[in-house]
Amino acid sequence: MASLPNQQETITLDTFLRGLWQENPVFVMLLGMCPVLAVTNSAINALAMGLASTFVLVASNSLVSLMRHFIPKQVRIATYIIIIATFVTMVDYAIQAISLELYNALGAFIQLIVVNCMILGRAEAYASKQRLGATIINGLGIGAGFTFALLCLGIVREILGAGSLFGFDLFGDQFQPWVVMILPPGGFFVLGAWLLLFNWLRTRREAKLLETEGAPHDG
Amino acid sequence: MPDLKITTDLRTSPHLKQVVTVPQIMRNVVYALLPVCAYSVFAFGLSVLLLLITTTLTCILTEWLYCRLADKPSSLDDWSIVITGLLLALTLPPGFPLWMAAVAAFVAVGLGKALFGGLGYNVMNPALVGRAFVQAAFPVAITTWTPPFLPGRFQELIPTTLTQPFMIPPDINGWIEQQRVDAFSGATPLALQKFEQIITPLPDLVLGSIAGSAGETSALIIILGGLYLAARKMLDWRIPVAVMAGAIIIALPLWLVDAARYPDPLFVLFSGGLMLGAVFMASDMVASPVTPWGVWIYGLFIGMLTVVIRLFGGLTEGVMYAILLGNAISPLISNMTQPRIFGSRDS
Repeated sequence: MASLPNQQETITLDTFLRGLWQENPVFVMLLGMCPVLAVTNSAINALAMGLASTFVLVASNSLVSLMRHFIPKQVRIATYIIIIATFVTMVDYAIQAISLELYNALGAFIQLIVVNCMILGRAEAYASKQRLGATIINGLGIGAGFTFALLCLGIVREILGAGSLFGFDLFGDQFQPWVVMILPPGGFFVLGAWLLLFNWLRTRREAKLLETEGAPHDG
Repeated sequence: MPDLKITTDLRTSPHLKQVVTVPQIMRNVVYALLPVCAYSVFAFGLSVLLLLITTTLTCILTEWLYCRLADKPSSLDDWSIVITGLLLALTLPPGFPLWMAAVAAFVAVGLGKALFGGLGYNVMNPALVGRAFVQAAFPVAITTWTPPFLPGRFQELIPTTLTQPFMIPPDINGWIEQQRVDAFSGATPLALQKFEQIITPLPDLVLGSIAGSAGETSALIIILGGLYLAARKMLDWRIPVAVMAGAIIIALPLWLVDAARYPDPLFVLFSGGLMLGAVFMASDMVASPVTPWGVWIYGLFIGMLTVVIRLFGGLTEGVMYAILLGNAISPLISNMTQPRIFGSRDS
C-alpha cells in the first residue's frame, strides 16, 4: 500500500491512474465480486452498476474524509455504513426514476452496494486518512477501474450470450447465443479469463522491467 | 577428495519402475478407441468422421498453443491429447455443428487441462469438461439426434454439420422426414424410456442401431476395447465394474418394485453413455482415486449417481455430470481411504 497512516498523499496523476490499473479493485484486489459476477450479463447493466458504485464510492469517501477527525475510532465502521447507505438510497431512487427497466434488471444489487467491500475498504484504508482532494481523485480512479472491469465482463458476456452490444444487435437473427454466458457460470468463466489475461500481461511486464532495470518497478 | 568421481546415481524410491511409459498407455487407449470411432462412422456416416477430425485437430492445436505460450516442451507426442479429442467427439451428437465442436475442444483442453498445468494435473476429465460447457452453452444443438444407418450417410452430410460459425444450426426435422425413416421421433432410447415408457430391445442397444451420441451406440465394441486395455493392465478394471455395479444397485430394486415405471437393469447398463463413460472416461488415470478401496467407492458413486440423475432428474442422461462430480471428489476419496502403513497401528 502506498498510503501509510498519517502520511498525506500529494495529488499526482498516479493518484487517479493507480485505481485504474495497478490497484484495480476487480482484477488486482478482487474486491466486490458479488456485483461483478451477478450483474455483468449485459454491457448496459455493467455500465450502470459501475457508475452507481463509482458515485457512491466518491460521495461516501468524500464525506468520510471530511469527517475523519470527528468519527470515534470505536464506531467508525458503523458510521461508514450509515454514510454509504445514505448515498446508496439516493442512487436507488435515482435509478428507479431514470429507468425502471434498468432498475428491475439490476434487482437487489443496487441496494447491495452498501455492503460492497470495495467501498468500505476504500473508506477504511484511504478516505479516513487522506484529505478531501486526494480522496476524490483516488475514488474516481478506483471507480473508473471498477467500471472498466465490469464493462470488460459485460461486453464479452453480452456479445457471446446475446449477440448484441448495449442492446444493439450485432450479428443478425441467425446468431447462435451461448446460453451459458448469460447464466452465472459464464460470469465465472469470463472473470477467470480476464484475470488470466491481466495477470499474464503483468508478469510479462514485470519480467521485462527486471531485464532492463535489474529490479522490479515497485517492489 | 576432489578427484573422486561419483558413479552412484542418488535418487529416492521407487527404484523399480514399470517399463511401460505414458505415451505407450495413451497409444493403446487410442487403439482401443479406434474401433468405437470406426463403428460410429459406419453407423452415422461422414458427419461423424468430420466431427472426429475437427475435435482432434482443435485439441492438438490448443495444446500446441498452450505449450508455446507457457514455454513448455511440446506435450503433443504423449498422445493423451488425441484421446481427449476422440472421446469428446464420441460424446457429441452425430450432426453436431463443427464450429461448436471446435469450441468444445478448445474449452476441453484449455479449461479442463492446460490451465491446471497439463497432463497429470487435470482435476476432471478434459473431454467431459468440454462437453459440459457446450451442453450449457448450446442446449438445443446438443440434444438434436439423428437416426443411424441412413442410406445416404456416406454421400451427404447431416445438414447441421456444416453450420456457419456462430450461427444457429438449421432445423433438421424436414431432412429426417425426407430420409423416410419409419417411426423415428428424434429421441434416444433413454428419452423414449423416460417420457414414453418405451424400452428399446436389448440387441439394438448392444449392436448400436439406435440414435444417440456418436460413441454411445454399440456397447459391445466399447466392452471389447475395455477388455483389451484391462488385459494389458492399462485400465483399472475395478472402475468400469464398480460403475456398472453402482448402476445396478440403484436400478435393480426399483425395477423389482415397479417394473412398469422403471427400466430393467440391463437396459440401464447398455443404453446411453454409461458404457462409454464407465470404460473410457471414469477410468481417466489422473482424475480417479489412487487407492484400491477409493476406486471402488468412486466407481459405485458414479454408477449410482448416473441412474439417480436419469430416473429422478430432469435430464435424460446423467453420466457426464456423475463422472465430473466423481472426479471432483476423488482427491477426497483418496485421502479418506489411505491404506495403513505397514508396521503402523491404527489410531
